[in-house]
Amino acid sequence: MSATERVDVLIVGSGFGGAIPAYHLAAGGARVLVLERGPWLTADGFDQDFKFGTSTTRIFDFVVGDGMSVLGGNCVGGGSVVYFAAMPRAPRFVFERRGSIGRRMWPAALDRDALDPWYDRVAEALPVTTTSWEKVPYIGGLFAAACAAAGHTANPVPTAIDDELCTNCNWMMSGCKFDAKRSLLLNYLPAAVAHGAEIRPLHEVQKITRTGAGYRVHYNTIDEVDYRQATGSGAIDAKIVVIAAGAGATPVILQRSEPELGAMPHAVGRYFSGNGERLNTAVLEEDKVRELLGLTRDEATAYLGYQIGKGPTVASWDRLDGALPEYERFSLEQLYFPPGFGTILAQIPDADGPSWFGARKKEMIGQWRSWLTTFTMSEDDNEGVFGPPPPTGNSSRLSQQLLGFGSLSYRPTPNTLRGWELSDAAVRQILEHNGLSRVMPWTNDVVGAYSVHPLASCRLGDDPATSALDDTHELRGHPGVFVTDGSAVPGALTVNPAMTIAALAERAVPAIVKAARARGVEVSYGAPAPDGGTEARRATAAAAAVLIGD
Amino acid sequence: MNSDDPGREIRTMTLEAFADTIIPGEKRSPQDRAVAGAAPGGGAVAAGAIAILETPEGGMEPSLGDLAAALNGHAARYCAEHGLEPDPELPFVGLASEHRIALAAELMAPEHPEKMFWVGLAMFSYMAFDTGAHMHTAQALAQGHPGLLTLGFAPPDPDGLWRFPKSSYRRALAPLHPDTSETGSLK
Repeated sequence: MSATERVDVLIVGSGFGGAIPAYHLAAGGARVLVLERGPWLTADGFDQDFKFGTSTTRIFDFVVGDGMSVLGGNCVGGGSVVYFAAMPRAPRFVFERRGSIGRRMWPAALDRDALDPWYDRVAEALPVTTTSWEKVPYIGGLFAAACAAAGHTANPVPTAIDDELCTNCNWMMSGCKFDAKRSLLLNYLPAAVAHGAEIRPLHEVQKITRTGAGYRVHYNTIDEVDYRQATGSGAIDAKIVVIAAGAGATPVILQRSEPELGAMPHAVGRYFSGNGERLNTAVLEEDKVRELLGLTRDEATAYLGYQIGKGPTVASWDRLDGALPEYERFSLEQLYFPPGFGTILAQIPDADGPSWFGARKKEMIGQWRSWLTTFTMSEDDNEGVFGPPPPTGNSSRLSQQLLGFGSLSYRPTPNTLRGWELSDAAVRQILEHNGLSRVMPWTNDVVGAYSVHPLASCRLGDDPATSALDDTHELRGHPGVFVTDGSAVPGALTVNPAMTIAALAERAVPAIVKAARARGVEVSYGAPAPDGGTEARRATAAAAAVLIGD
Repeated sequence: MNSDDPGREIRTMTLEAFADTIIPGEKRSPQDRAVAGAAPGGGAVAAGAIAILETPEGGMEPSLGDLAAALNGHAARYCAEHGLEPDPELPFVGLASEHRIALAAELMAPEHPEKMFWVGLAMFSYMAFDTGAHMHTAQALAQGHPGLLTLGFAPPDPDGLWRFPKSSYRRALAPLHPDTSETGSLK
């Protein structure tokens, strides 16, 4: 009989929440193992191809729930591989939100000032830069010009993209073939591996149980083509467990663990936020782009540029005003979404029949090159709740890859609906100004609301009744279990959340080191950025010392 | 019916008629009954909806017979409710375009108990047209895939990869938010 494999730290998931602790803990000398349910692809393995079975479906998951559908990464590198790499910091007021619980949602220890040094570490590590106007694609330029014409400001968005390598192909949801997107495959993960961390792809963690000295993590191995098929199973013991499976999966693993692991905090699987996300699609009048905004690509063409670019590049932040009431603040970001996901839910204006399918929708698709999609990130009400977990994974998979049905239900409250209504009006004010375009929101009648930024399903907080984690990311009642992904974020951020998730993961590491040491793991803290940079480390040294208890 | 497998042909024609309701196209021949001819150019059917629905990757294939039968059941019921004479073999195909649309909208309405089945069928039909996901995209474009052609999806470079060297208006086009910090985010 062989002994159960043992490691110091077992990390579930390899996105921001997993890769960042993996690097620091391995660099500090801990034996680190990362289990990732998706495959391990790199630039050569990414396809510019919509065909089923290419990277477009291999590294991405679309989980349909009851009233909320969630998109997320499913590969080594997690969301960083499939996302659009927009990395703004959360505005100051976000940390003061009260939401529906009548008190500050964030822990007292965390506000923008406290998080800024950790943001700096992420910015140095990836790195994060701001695209120059010289490099802003047509679609971002057009949105900026429309904002200006309607009396608004607009900013190029900070991104983790190397603009010198970027070809503006807009295939980044299928993985970047040119390594222009600075995903975790290019920084934290190779650095973690160089320090001895091991990453095992196609290992889907199902549940966690307790052993005498720590925890036992149970997984299935997954077929590399048909993710519905388990090819085996196993268990590994660890002194510390870091769960970073994503806000759509972390609470499901904990729910499934509860019968054996013991009662979970009330907030596990509750307070899910879709980041208040909402999409509108405009169809531009090409003549008006030229006449009203003075924009031309060449003599013949004003815009026709929907396909060209790199996701969102320009945002309007005028409504990120802390003086406005909660639920009325949002950012608007110009966005490209590829056909399929990006076309089905768009609605025709002035529908006299079906708004999202049929002959008139086909005509609208015929104007696709003149589309411009805007992305609202607002303040929702944390109204998502996970039902009982499916037998395995976080969904009952319909297709071999990509598509499944999950247990999340979401009924937007009047607060959330009001934010969406205000943002729809703001989009119209910008993009319908003087007949520049016609705009319609995407329908929520087909798959409910949707989010590419699931958050808060296992959240931080000071109040045990409404938060699952204390302010060090430790799961209440389960010492040695930490949660470091988007599920830890207390609520909607009104901007793209990856930068905040990553900064929180950086900040969580000293406390994880402290817990590991308490369990006899010889591990140090203080690694530089993955490329050796040390500039940002100095500013976090004092905060880290407090968290680590030195 | 002139097929060796009339049941299979009923299934195919019924699913084609549903896909054609989602993204309509022109009839493939004057005898084409499944495609209503409600829009010019190829629609979801010509784009490969049946191939997409039948791929093992998609996971829909095991349900297609039941879905086609259920759709025909709904069509027969719809006819009874609206005083129409149903086609005895192909009730959904037998519906005029406006009735196909009305029935599809009813089945995909938020409160309908079977909504997710019909939305699933619609999404795969859509994907056939908008992405041609049963084919490599470069190959689909080279073969004149009707959906990608309708979108105006640009072809790749000769090496099969997409790049857009000309991509920017190359000038500042809006004032920045006054609270922008040197990080590019708001202060």
